[in-house]
Amino acid sequence: MKQAVLSFLRGGGSALPGYRLALAATLVWTGFFILLPLSALIIRPWQDGVGAMVAALHDARMFAALWTSFSCAFLAALLNIPLGLLLAWTLVRGDLPGRRVADAVIDLPLALPTAVSGITLATLYGPQGWLGAPLAKLGLVLAYSRTGIVLALMFVGLPFVVRTVEPVLKNLPRDMEEAAVLLGARPWQVVTRVIIAPLLPALLTGFGLALARGVGEYGSVIFIAGNQPFKSEIAPLLIVVRLQEFDYAGATAIALILLLMSLLALVLVSLVRWRLSVWGEQA
Amino acid sequence: MSRYALWAVTWALIVLVLLMSPAVVVAEALKTGLQPALASLSDPDAQAAIWLTLEVTAVSVLVNTLFGILAAWVLTKYRFPGRSALLVLVELPLSISPVVSGLVWLLLFGAQGWWGSVLEQAGIHIAFAVPGIMLATIFVTLPYVVRTLVPLMEQQGRDAEEAAMLAGAGFWNILWRVTLPGARVALFSGILLTTARAMGEFGAVSVVSGHIPGMTETMPLHIESLYNGYQTVAAFSMAALLAGMAMMAVLLRSVPERLARRKEAQA
Repeated sequence: MKQAVLSFLRGGGSALPGYRLALAATLVWTGFFILLPLSALIIRPWQDGVGAMVAALHDARMFAALWTSFSCAFLAALLNIPLGLLLAWTLVRGDLPGRRVADAVIDLPLALPTAVSGITLATLYGPQGWLGAPLAKLGLVLAYSRTGIVLALMFVGLPFVVRTVEPVLKNLPRDMEEAAVLLGARPWQVVTRVIIAPLLPALLTGFGLALARGVGEYGSVIFIAGNQPFKSEIAPLLIVVRLQEFDYAGATAIALILLLMSLLALVLVSLVRWRLSVWGEQA
Repeated sequence: MSRYALWAVTWALIVLVLLMSPAVVVAEALKTGLQPALASLSDPDAQAAIWLTLEVTAVSVLVNTLFGILAAWVLTKYRFPGRSALLVLVELPLSISPVVSGLVWLLLFGAQGWWGSVLEQAGIHIAFAVPGIMLATIFVTLPYVVRTLVPLMEQQGRDAEEAAMLAGAGFWNILWRVTLPGARVALFSGILLTTARAMGEFGAVSVVSGHIPGMTETMPLHIESLYNGYQTVAAFSMAALLAGMAMMAVLLRSVPERLARRKEAQA
């Protein structure tokens, strides 16, 4: 213990100057901007008494909003797996004409400020929109419902899947597929056993990142969501509503659950990845 | 044949899902011509929102770059107990919902927060004022400079730094003349990412701002109130400006890389 403290104070035996100054600056920075606000988030809900917290947890509207956020983010991330795989595949292997432009456009949802994505998607898929109007004639109403939420979350999450799959796909040797074909594999066997199997950890990571982002997403969703309580109200929006009602306990309870949900998504994904890589080594 | 089908599907997807949105922004902004779009941007509230966004972005970039460099130095040049915990900590804001990132500051400085009423009596306004907006934006953009610097500075090792130290250089000299020149491109890229995210932050800022037009409305918040007030042309003109600024920052990141590649090709 004493040794650990000494090593912490001395920078683990490196003789380079500036350790204590830079460490102190880092601790002040992360302490004030991260640890302090997060400890407020964890401590504050219990300050009004356990009763208030339990009451806040009995809120059916809160569970409906959390379920909407989670289920829509899950569905959007799931739908992004085949889409992301297709895009990554044609970018890496497909000799796509205009590859460089396509490659730059993939990151667009990440570069676009969320409020801009929000009003744009609502206009695009809205009843008078370029895509919304023709689809409405076919009887498909997309905006102002859960479908709208899923669409917005797919838009925001797509780059995560493409960008995690792409580097792995680049390193995948092409001759594996040729060898599989020569050994008599059918095309679907080549796809599932030779291509998708080694990409599985990357696909899962992309899925997890998109899910974690989607659960807490606010700006790109609220304009298209419709925001009807119990139907199309997402959890982050309910936090804002509770704050406007000066219900801090309620808002903080939702925030805490939301935080745990996205952390859990990331932990689960890294566990599954670890499991998959262990299998890979055994095989 | 199947190859052409694949190309067609991919491009259809890219156009329908991705390229449609910037097209909509421009089309909606220019629906009534260029003149009304430009006029809406010179409205006093719009001007105030643009200035506030620039101000908040500058402060966030400054704070997170200065501390981010020092944190990257500590995290890469030394091995000490607690290092991996610190690495996780600096990335934490990335996995927190924007709304929660705003809420935490209200828990500290809001009227019902820990220190809100005390500071309020002393005449210091943080929640529903500009300082709150800055705190929330710094929180959200904290990881970007560190996390682009760390992998690169880790790769550099510390031989050059140790040589400089033996030659008698002090901390600031080593950092400024030895370490940072080699990490220039990563630093530039991290700063630009911070800039893009700071300008566009919506959820976190929305919670702490109080939405006072001309006072505490940043560009994204002003876009929201214009859109909700059915001022579509003004909303999309502001959106086009903001998106242009953010995308410019993101695109600029590839410039030093391309310059380096050209230099290599010449040599």
